[in-house]
Amino acid sequence: MSTILEIRNLVKHYKEVKAVNGVSLQIPSGCCFGLLGPNGAGKTTTIEMIEGITQPTSGEILYKGQRDNPNFKLEAGIQFQSTALMDYLTVDEFLTLFGSFYPNPQPTERLIEQCHLGEFRSQQAAKLSGGQRQRVLLAIALINDPDIIFLDEPTTGLDPQARRNFWALIEEIKNQGKTIVLTTHYMDEAEYLCDQLVIVDRGQVIAEGSPQTLLQQQFDHVLVCLDASAISAAQQQQFSALEHNGKVTIKSRSVEETLQAMIAAGINLNSLQVRNPTLEDLFLQLTGHSLRD
Amino acid sequence: MKYIKQLLALCVARNKEYYRDKGSLLWSFILPPMIIAVVALAFSNGGNALFKVGLLGDSHLPVAWQQATYIESVKFEDPKKATERIRHHQLDLLIDNQVSSTEDQPRYLYNPSSSKAEALQALLKSESHWRAEAVTGREIRYIDWVLPGVLAMNLMFSGLYGVGYVIVRYRKNGVLKRLQATPVSPLMFLCAQLLSRLMIMLITSAVVFAGTHYFLDFLMLGRFVDLFAVALLGNVCLLSMGLLIASRLANEEFANGLLNLITFPMLLLSELWFSLDGAPNWMTAVSELLPLTHMVQAARAIMLEGATLGDVSHQLAAMALLSAVFLLVSAKLFKWRTD
Repeated sequence: MSTILEIRNLVKHYKEVKAVNGVSLQIPSGCCFGLLGPNGAGKTTTIEMIEGITQPTSGEILYKGQRDNPNFKLEAGIQFQSTALMDYLTVDEFLTLFGSFYPNPQPTERLIEQCHLGEFRSQQAAKLSGGQRQRVLLAIALINDPDIIFLDEPTTGLDPQARRNFWALIEEIKNQGKTIVLTTHYMDEAEYLCDQLVIVDRGQVIAEGSPQTLLQQQFDHVLVCLDASAISAAQQQQFSALEHNGKVTIKSRSVEETLQAMIAAGINLNSLQVRNPTLEDLFLQLTGHSLRD
Repeated sequence: MKYIKQLLALCVARNKEYYRDKGSLLWSFILPPMIIAVVALAFSNGGNALFKVGLLGDSHLPVAWQQATYIESVKFEDPKKATERIRHHQLDLLIDNQVSSTEDQPRYLYNPSSSKAEALQALLKSESHWRAEAVTGREIRYIDWVLPGVLAMNLMFSGLYGVGYVIVRYRKNGVLKRLQATPVSPLMFLCAQLLSRLMIMLITSAVVFAGTHYFLDFLMLGRFVDLFAVALLGNVCLLSMGLLIASRLANEEFANGLLNLITFPMLLLSELWFSLDGAPNWMTAVSELLPLTHMVQAARAIMLEGATLGDVSHQLAAMALLSAVFLLVSAKLFKWRTD
């Protein structure tokens, strides 16, 4: 798979703040590439530098192997984290307006159908719901039939149903073979949508790979979870347990042996759960703090 | 071709935003006629009771009038300009008793249709050596005089707030950031904003002008096409000023303050409501720096004196120069967003 985008040692400093501190990435063509990290990790700054919206302090960005590629704006689709639309224009008019900026825009009808905008195509922007607005912004990002699409936290603030609907749309775009660069702080979103991802914290990449590879590399165990109240401090020490948000997690290479040891120690197992590690666990392991901190 | 397509699309989008925003639309059409109607009502009985007497060159008031508080005197160096003021009742009497004058007898000019001139003549009857010269012409009512100012004021507010404030809002809420991610250039975006507002304001002003002309039958001695050219250039100048103000700001409150700071001096010093004849030199000098002054002076000269574009070329040149400076600096300073 060829590399569509390469970032070398990207840095962005705002006075004293090091928002991005030496990020390097290679994004293969046709993959859904995720930047996962907590709020303030530097994800948005990183992709805004790639998009040409923010000037980097230093570093190199190569699109299709070329610096400052003049075709980038014509071939990239962008959906920002928070974009206001002009209040009094309708969905149809937005598509016409943004379509006029490109030499070969997609037909409006195709976008209306693809992003399911038919029901509110004559509605003015001020009257759209959060989910509808995100779908319109996605349609605008797709208007130039882009090779690469940047989606910056596209489902933040949406209800679970709207999120799932949006994921379905992204899946459809993936199936067309387009490259997607997605930032998110939702682990389930990253696990569900991303083929490759990097975990970003404090402006630096702390892990990269496919979600499965990352989990396999870092974890050779399952997690046994209990309410913190079910286990004493001494017992926590005995089982090398980690306490977080009122829950205690114990790493186990053999669930059977761990459970026997817990029963022998007289631990109340009413709140017991056994699960595989997630990206959140990975992040906790790597950074010591939660993605939602 | 692609640039024209982009320009037109942005322009049409902005126009739609404007006419669908019922609030702004209403104010553009209602506010100017409302102000004109209030002024017409307020000054329908002749306005200020003070006599206004012009003094040509080093002329002086007759001795008996020198202590009179009810007479205001204004110096004039240009006899033609002063005579025009008499013709249109903007001066009640013009005194010419210059020491350097070749005339052997002091004279005064008056308009026989002016009741104030009649009253002042009666006061001079005791001094039999005066020679009277009649100058005829239609009276310029205060409403005739103030109308170009009111229309220009509307253009000023619409230009500065309609473009400046809107761009600041677009920058603050991320609309500009979204446009930055497209192939649209800043110049194209700014031109579209300017063109859209220019069209809107010229149409609005033409409608208001036609409507008030029908009801008030105000004086229009010059050519409509010349007045249109002045409105066009003046509007471009004010819009460019709006673009300059909006070139970097992302804070609506600060932009509002800055716009107020700019509009208030223009409201006071651009001869919208009163003439600066007789004002201190520094005030006139400051007034000359303001684009609105040139637009109002040119429009008034065309409407009230029948001036041609050649006659107001000084004002046109000033507006063209200011527009060029504002546009160049705003294009140089413009940023889609602030870090």
